[in-house]
Amino acid sequence: MSLTPAAVPSLWRLARLNFDPVRQQHVLVYPEGAMMLNESGAAILQLCDGQRSIAEIARILDERYHCDVLADVTEYLAQLVEREFVRVA
Amino acid sequence: MSLSRPTTLLAELTYRCPLHCPYCSNPLAMTGAEDELTTDQWRRVFTEARELGVLQLGLSGGEPLARKDLDALADHAHRAGLYTTLVTSAVGLTRDRATALRDVGLEHVQISIQDSDPRTADHIAGMRAAHLKLEAAAVVRELGFAFSINAVLHRANLDRIGEIIELAGAMGADRLELANTQYYGWAFENRRALMPTREQVERAQAVADDAMRRYRGQMQIIYVLPDYYETYPKPCYGGWGANYLVITPNGQTLPCHGATHITTLHFDTVRDHSLDWIWRESPAFQAYRGDEWMLEPCRSCSRKAIDFGGCRCQAFALTGNAANTDPVCTLTPLRAVVDRAVEEATGEPDYRYRYIHVEPART
Repeated sequence: MSLTPAAVPSLWRLARLNFDPVRQQHVLVYPEGAMMLNESGAAILQLCDGQRSIAEIARILDERYHCDVLADVTEYLAQLVEREFVRVA
Repeated sequence: MSLSRPTTLLAELTYRCPLHCPYCSNPLAMTGAEDELTTDQWRRVFTEARELGVLQLGLSGGEPLARKDLDALADHAHRAGLYTTLVTSAVGLTRDRATALRDVGLEHVQISIQDSDPRTADHIAGMRAAHLKLEAAAVVRELGFAFSINAVLHRANLDRIGEIIELAGAMGADRLELANTQYYGWAFENRRALMPTREQVERAQAVADDAMRRYRGQMQIIYVLPDYYETYPKPCYGGWGANYLVITPNGQTLPCHGATHITTLHFDTVRDHSLDWIWRESPAFQAYRGDEWMLEPCRSCSRKAIDFGGCRCQAFALTGNAANTDPVCTLTPLRAVVDRAVEEATGEPDYRYRYIHVEPART
């Protein structure tokens, strides 16, 4: 599915974004499973608060990493929407 | 190979249960309340599980609400940092108990339903329980829990899969597991009665596919395939001893809830050993890790990285050797035993209901 920059993503009600001190890694935990996150994935999901749009999330990360991340952020979130871990409004 | 950390622990707190479902995966020989782990033993296990890497915990059974210390256990699990699911029949899930569980941080409740039709639901449960589930579901929603429904599918309810999906939607579930019966424990005993026909399976698949599309974004639908009708076996929890642990009410630790079928293995208990030792060192957990143990046709098959040879418990239950290819696989001549089981299905609902000798609960 295609996402527009104006779409507002939030985590699925049943998913939890946690930092696991055992693995020293962020994880997305959901019923019957867990997804280990890399740093950039965790950085994106931490900003998905149901308020910010994808464009706003990308702008924050642009400043942090000094590059244009909109396309990468959109693609990453589209994958998680496909797997139903992220909802968009 | 490097040893992975487990992500999921299913804690079967008790075998006591008010329901008598003939598809239960619990073993035929069940221990009573007097053999259950104590509150402090379970607390220690939850702490050790988190240290080992477990991220999520299922509080299951039997019926976990039969444990009077359930809120103390849920409290400890939450403090340990585990994402915790109560896996319940909902019998006994009163507003007071649900509120107490929410107050200690329990996040997710999974309620089983037996059918969309209350009369047939109560017949399979061996108890009048269908109306209690509707009441409990309303409380679960009102208290704001993340909410799943699980429905086990079999010969007598598979034709109503559409109605079951509608009921789950009306009950307000965030997530619905439609699980075709897996033949372990009591379900194995009742296989002839529970096994659906191929026509039923094909119709149900079409209904489930359509519902997954319609409910997208509202209710996540998971469809667990009826593996006897599949071409290849299921990749059981990502392989033996790779991600998943089950602890039985008396502390036996298993790589899969069906493992009690494997009578040739000794499963160590958390009464005698740390969970870390059991996971890393115990002979049972090492027995079928990786692929060194595999026989043909698995050994030279490219699919071994996909399905890990299927389920060891099913291989043992059906062929007497847990190292055999799961006989669901059409690449093994052992498949004949699965085909025969499908042919021998009668569909007669002469169930052998699940019963244990129930001891009074510890106070």
